Parts: sequence; C-alpha cells; structure tokens
Amino acid sequence: MIRLENVSKTYGSGAQAIHALKPTDLHVPQGAIHGVIGLSGAGKSTLIRCVNLLERPSSGRVFVDGQELTALSPKALNHARHGVGMIFQHFNLLSSRTVFANVALPLELMGVARREIRERVQPLLELTGLTDKLDKYPAELSGGQKQRVAIARALASRPKVLLCDEATSALDPQTTTSILELLKDINRKLGLTILLITHEMEVVKSICHRVGLIAGGKLVEEAEVGDFFTAPKTRLGRAFLNAFLELDPPQALLERMQAEPGEHTHPVVRLAFRGDSVALPLISRLTRDCDVDVSILEAKVESIQERTLGLMIAELIGTPDRIDAALDYLNAHDLQVEVLGHVQRNA
Amino acid sequence: MSSAMLELILKATLDTLYMVGLSGLVAAALGVPLGVMLYITRPGQILARPLTNRILGIVTNVGRSIPFIILMVAIIPFTRLIVGSSIGTNAAIVPLTIAAIPFVARLVEGALNEIPPGLIEAAQSMGATPYQIIVKVLIPEARGGIITGLTITLVTLISYSAMAGAVGGGGLGDLGIRYGYNRFDPLVMLITVVILVVLVQGFQSLGDALVRRADHK
Repeated sequence: MIRLENVSKTYGSGAQAIHALKPTDLHVPQGAIHGVIGLSGAGKSTLIRCVNLLERPSSGRVFVDGQELTALSPKALNHARHGVGMIFQHFNLLSSRTVFANVALPLELMGVARREIRERVQPLLELTGLTDKLDKYPAELSGGQKQRVAIARALASRPKVLLCDEATSALDPQTTTSILELLKDINRKLGLTILLITHEMEVVKSICHRVGLIAGGKLVEEAEVGDFFTAPKTRLGRAFLNAFLELDPPQALLERMQAEPGEHTHPVVRLAFRGDSVALPLISRLTRDCDVDVSILEAKVESIQERTLGLMIAELIGTPDRIDAALDYLNAHDLQVEVLGHVQRNA
Repeated sequence: MSSAMLELILKATLDTLYMVGLSGLVAAALGVPLGVMLYITRPGQILARPLTNRILGIVTNVGRSIPFIILMVAIIPFTRLIVGSSIGTNAAIVPLTIAAIPFVARLVEGALNEIPPGLIEAAQSMGATPYQIIVKVLIPEARGGIITGLTITLVTLISYSAMAGAVGGGGLGDLGIRYGYNRFDPLVMLITVVILVVLVQGFQSLGDALVRRADHK
C-alpha cells in the first residue's frame, strides 16, 4: 500500500548538507499497522513527511496504493492526498472551526456538497465518540478529544492510508491507550493501512504489526513486532527494548561482571522466552537434566500482541562442561540466550 | 451655542466618519490582500517567491516610513488626478488610504505570523490548494488578529484625518483648527476633542467585541 524506493532527503548542499534521510526502502502492505521508532532527530519525521510529500524527497520514488506520488503534478498530488490521511502530535485543528466544521474541512476542500458533508461527518463523529461535542471549539476540548477530532478529520476523505506523526506523544498514558485503541479499531473496521512514527516502545507494542528502527536517517532494523521485542538484532534495538522492559542486571552484579570467563566464574545470561518455549517448564528441566543450578536475578512476562514474552536474567551455576551442556540445551529450544558476562563464584 | 454651530459640529463629525470610513474600507480591501501576499510569498511559505516578497516588503516599508503630513502634500498631483481637487474631504481620502494600506498590510502579516505552521501543513496533507489554504485556513485563523489590526488602523486614521483637516480636508480636525484655535473658542475645541475621544473609544470597543466573537482560541 505504501512503498518507498530509495527515498532520501538532504537539506542544504555541499559541506553544510544535512542528510536527514539516507536512501531508504520501506514497504507497508495493505491493512498493516507499521511503526517506525527512533530517537528525536533520527529522521522519522522526515520519513513520514516524505510519504505524502509534505517533504519532497531529494531522490527516490514514493508509491501509495500503486500510484507514484513523486511523479504527479501539483494538482494531481493534491487529489492523491485525499487518499492519505494524517494526524499530528499537536493535533493541528483549526481554532476558528467547531468540531463538526473541522471534520468537514477535507470534504469542503474536495468540493463535496453541503448535504453530503453532513451525512459523512456524522458517522465519523460516532466512530470517534464525539457526537455530543460537534458544536464545541477545539479550545474547549481535552488533548485526547482533540486527537479524536483530528482522527475523524483525517478519515473524512475516506483515505486508504493513515499517517500518524507522534500522535500520542502529547497525551497522558491513559489517553494514549484510548487513542491507540481507536486506531486499532479503525484499522480493523475500515482495513486502513497505518504508518506511525513514535519514540515510545509502548505504542509499538500495543498496536503495531511490524516495526522499523531508525537512527541517523537510516532504517537499521525491521521486524515483526513479536520478533523485535524478543530478539532485536541491533544494539540500538536492544537498548530500546531494555529501556522499555527495564531489565538490566542489578548494578551490584554489573560491577562484579567480567567479559571473559575466568577460572572460577559462571555466566550471567539473559533469556528471552518466546513462542513454544514460554509454555515449557524449561528452568526446572534445566536443573534436573543438565544438573546446573539457576539463580534468577530478575524476571518479567510481557504480553505483546497475541504473543507472550518472558524475560529473565539468571546466573547458571555448575561445572564448565555442565554449563556448556545447559547453554546447548537452552539454545536447542525456541529461546534466545545472551551471555551478558561472567561473575566470580561466591565462596 | 447657536444652532448653526451645532450644525457645523455635526457636519464635521460626519465628514470625519466619512473620511475614516471610506479610506479604512479601501485600505482594508487593498491592505489585507497585500498582507497575505507578504506572508505567503516568503521563502518556505505556500507560494514562496523570494524576489516578489523582497519587492513588496520594500514598497510597504517606503509607504510606512513617510510621515503622513508629508505624504499628504507630496501626492497632491496624484490626488488631483483621482478626485479632481486637492482640498476637501474627498481629497483627504486619497492620502489617508495610501498611508493606511501598508499599515494594514504589516498588521495583517503580523496576525498571520501567529498561526501555528502545523495548521498549514495539516491543510496541505488534506490536499488543499494554496488558494484554499488562504481562504479556509489563513484568513479564518487570523480573523481575530486582522480585526485587531483594522481597529488600530481606524483609530490611527481618525488622528490622521484630523491632520488632514489642517490643510483643508474638512472634518473635526478642520473644525478644531479654524474655530477652536484660530478663533480661540475653547468650547468648540473642547467639543471637538471630546467627540474625537468618543469616536476612538467607540471604534475600539466595537473592534474588541468583534474580536471576542471571532476568536475561539
């Protein structure tokens, strides 16, 4: 539904040129919710603005619904933009218009007749839960309500794609949840394809199917959300995940930890249980079958979409050959094992 | 006070209102579009034309830098061309209008500056043409600021119109100079000043009320 081919954006030229977005490919299939996560300044805003050409890419081609937007005349582009809704961090509602008139705006721009506008706005206000607010001005609404108006407005032209630019970043956690639920609902009911950018793992976790990680203007990693949360491939991905899960070895242990195994050390491992391994009593089998002791330092279970993710930091205690056997045993199951370091055995 | 005097005062008041009203109307009709042009032709704006923007900016600044009393005298040939005379109320309207146009334009430009850029971006994302952005976003969103600007312009025009009175423009300024000052009639002077104050207060209150109705920020 959305396809970027080799899209890049450079500001300025020569030595002062800033490469906000390096040549990037992206494909979001019909009906998917695709997230792009990154720190501020990573280029995610530029990326999403290149999709509806609010930023014209310096190179590359942009396709939405099979149509190459980068090849269109300004007039044709305006027409094509009716098929791409967008919502923003700061809502961008017109303060001079009521809720109803804000939602009606894209229809007015398209030249839809007054009567039909009324008929089309009403169901959108119902969908977004705003029927009792239609005469209010944005200044009288809460942040969450404003974003609902913005969503209704973005849907008014019956787009096939919705772009969400940090749509929940200005909202409190509770409101964020309700807005994300609404987006999920819209995705299901209308089959709308959603591309969203965010810096919050929570957003990715709760609604995205796939996620891309952007850094320095480059998509450095892309994966199914379940995979990304269980086995991020890049260091940045792991940093995002650990910050989100808050699962790092305790400080006291970190200070004792060394990178290489010594004579009397045993490993500290981070185990990520996913897929079938979640349901198996692996730790008790490990102690029984491999004859090692497991000292659990931290553990956590997260629900990501329909999948369960278990995370654990543990010390494996035993003789070197038994520990090797234990690691082999763990690796043989659907389990991600990462040796974080080694600590001296306590006397 | 004689009824003839009262009649004179009434006529002078109506003359002032006529001068201010007509010049204000024409200045708004030309100054608002000029202000919009100044805004949308800026680099990075929806109809970015840097050269046009520079030229418009310079013309506007020149217009604003000439003191009104000098402008009035300097454009006498032009005034004569338009209204056929260089004295009287109609003749005063020409320099009043010309002085007010750049004034309005800068105030409108300032009002447009207050619009969050995200609103324009949102309209663009909906496929709005530059014309639609001006009509549906820029003007309505800046309405309060534009009305404030026009109110300031009207008040300024009242004081300018009194100056025009000094060189034969008619109106309250003319009355104040001829009867109050030259004939040294303190009562006429006082009445003139009071009426001017009331006019200014009236315009300001009306403007404020309109802004309150227009603004939903």
